[in-house]
Amino acid sequence: MGKKLLTEHIHVPGINSFDVYKQHGGYASVERALKQMTPAEVVEEVKKSGLRGRGGAGFPTGMKWSFIDKKSGKPRYLVCNADESEPGTFKDRYLMEKIPHLLIEGMIVSSFALEAHLSFIYIRGEYKWIYELLWKAVNEAKANGYLGHNILGTGYHLDIVVHCGAGAYICGEETALIESLEGKRGNPRIKPPFPAIQGLYGNPTVVNNVESIAAVPWIVNHGGEAYSKFGVGRSAGTKLISACGNIRKPGVYEIDLSLPVKEFLYSDEYCGGMANGKRLKAVVAGGSSVPILPAELFLQTADGKDRLMSYESLNEGGFASGTMLGSGGFIVYDEDACIVRNTWNFTRFYHHESCGQCSPCREGTGWMEKVLHNLESGHGTSGDIDLLWDIQRKIDGNTICPLGDAAAWPVASAIRHFREEFEWHVAEPELSQKRNYGLLNSTKEKLYHTEATIES
Amino acid sequence: MLAVKTNKPVNFSESAQAKAREIMDRYPTGKHKSAIIPILHIAQEENENWLSVDTMDYVAGLMKIKPVEVYEVATFYSMFNLKPVGRFLLEVCHTGPCAVRGAEWLIDYLCSKLNIKPGGTTADNMFTVKGVECLGACGYAPMMQIGKYYYEHLDTPEKVDALIEQLRNRVDYKHENWVV
Repeated sequence: MGKKLLTEHIHVPGINSFDVYKQHGGYASVERALKQMTPAEVVEEVKKSGLRGRGGAGFPTGMKWSFIDKKSGKPRYLVCNADESEPGTFKDRYLMEKIPHLLIEGMIVSSFALEAHLSFIYIRGEYKWIYELLWKAVNEAKANGYLGHNILGTGYHLDIVVHCGAGAYICGEETALIESLEGKRGNPRIKPPFPAIQGLYGNPTVVNNVESIAAVPWIVNHGGEAYSKFGVGRSAGTKLISACGNIRKPGVYEIDLSLPVKEFLYSDEYCGGMANGKRLKAVVAGGSSVPILPAELFLQTADGKDRLMSYESLNEGGFASGTMLGSGGFIVYDEDACIVRNTWNFTRFYHHESCGQCSPCREGTGWMEKVLHNLESGHGTSGDIDLLWDIQRKIDGNTICPLGDAAAWPVASAIRHFREEFEWHVAEPELSQKRNYGLLNSTKEKLYHTEATIES
Repeated sequence: MLAVKTNKPVNFSESAQAKAREIMDRYPTGKHKSAIIPILHIAQEENENWLSVDTMDYVAGLMKIKPVEVYEVATFYSMFNLKPVGRFLLEVCHTGPCAVRGAEWLIDYLCSKLNIKPGGTTADNMFTVKGVECLGACGYAPMMQIGKYYYEHLDTPEKVDALIEQLRNRVDYKHENWVV
């Protein structure tokens, strides 16, 4: 069983309260950092740890911190990105819901490292009850002297504001999140300037994912080097994976980044294998944006090596035969799944969530949704597949923020790996309305029709 | 999306006004516009879970910002309802992972049970059913959000029936809603 760095105490009854959390070693890193270390030393430990941003992009956290402008003398802000909305991802929710003080502890230490005195947690509006849990945790920490003025008598002061969104996937993009936090529409900004120079209210800002910030207390307590010994190579540490789809045990698991994918998928400690004795068809390994892989390319690389749940191993083969670890949203499809339908579903999502600033994304996502809907409902033509390929290619890389790429990749990878299934929908329009393509021999009757979920 | 003007006077309760002021004070001096999203959540709570143009204008006055600054935010975020909804808004997640686990069945079942179409409201104004995008509950699908809470693993007609029955009998529905 892999060592748990974030979730070791998560099942302790009452761990969401300050007292129980403290009894289990909570807030030790605050004592250590504020009393024995300088901000630069904390940054150095996080750099040494090799911790990479857990929101999806995987950018080294310590390096991100070191870019923050400390020379201008402007106020600095730490903003925690808790706007978890990538389909397949529900790991931050798990941490915040079960052990909210871990995030608060991480926020205090990280804010100290950045020498920030006001920090924000931006949580998606739908997580209303967690928003309240976080405020409760903030207030408890404050009442116990871990927030506010002169924390633990060290002279450092910090306030944390928990801020809620109101339903917008795009606000998970850091500059859109900043815009939203300023009280505006969540339209991403053109970079540069990067938030580290000009972020919230025009001041230097670091935006970090919940899980990244929650990893900081362990790193401060045990040292960056100890953290870097978990995982493999540049994939240091542990990662929360939220597993869903057609598996026996959906849920959130903390894994060592050196874990083989076969073990993660089939062992009883994690996903527990496929539900209902079905065969594996495809996997989206890191949230809906990352390329979907057919079973054989997911379990092994194109040259026959067993894959690991690490950034590098999942990426091996590039987009031709690999994928990404992304946010850790692990979606499994069984032999009855319809890839065309799933791609249409994801594209509808991106169309709904496009902020509308850039034409390729605003127009392209809607166009792809229509073409995919035609294909899925038996009205596709043979030219539609090439048309889809052309549209996604024109979105990818041509937009201000990565939402455009995120919308293009699922379409590109679905066509790349499952082209024959798209062609089957064109060749067999009537049959495709009766059953899913599945693994070609699927006999499962198709029960629901696309029209049912189209919004008025 | 067309916003609706009701021409009814809007006034927050004392406690809502106090809460709005407290929220504005959380942000640095001169940056109280940051409070707009939390305050719009309160506004919805004060206005039967939707935002009329009148409500948005009131919020603009309260925050001392231009009405258009409120409109542009209210129209961007999917949690703000710009037309009236039923007492219970049943928001079923229908994105990929939930769809794989029966979200479409859940929408179909709810709509046929309540005799409405997706997006519609029942004649007695009790329920609105809406398909929404990813709510971050992929492993606990099929599921829906009602007010403040998530209702998960709704995979049988019996569970859905029991939940609807429970909601029908609830008088004090407000206690589960948004408290900023």
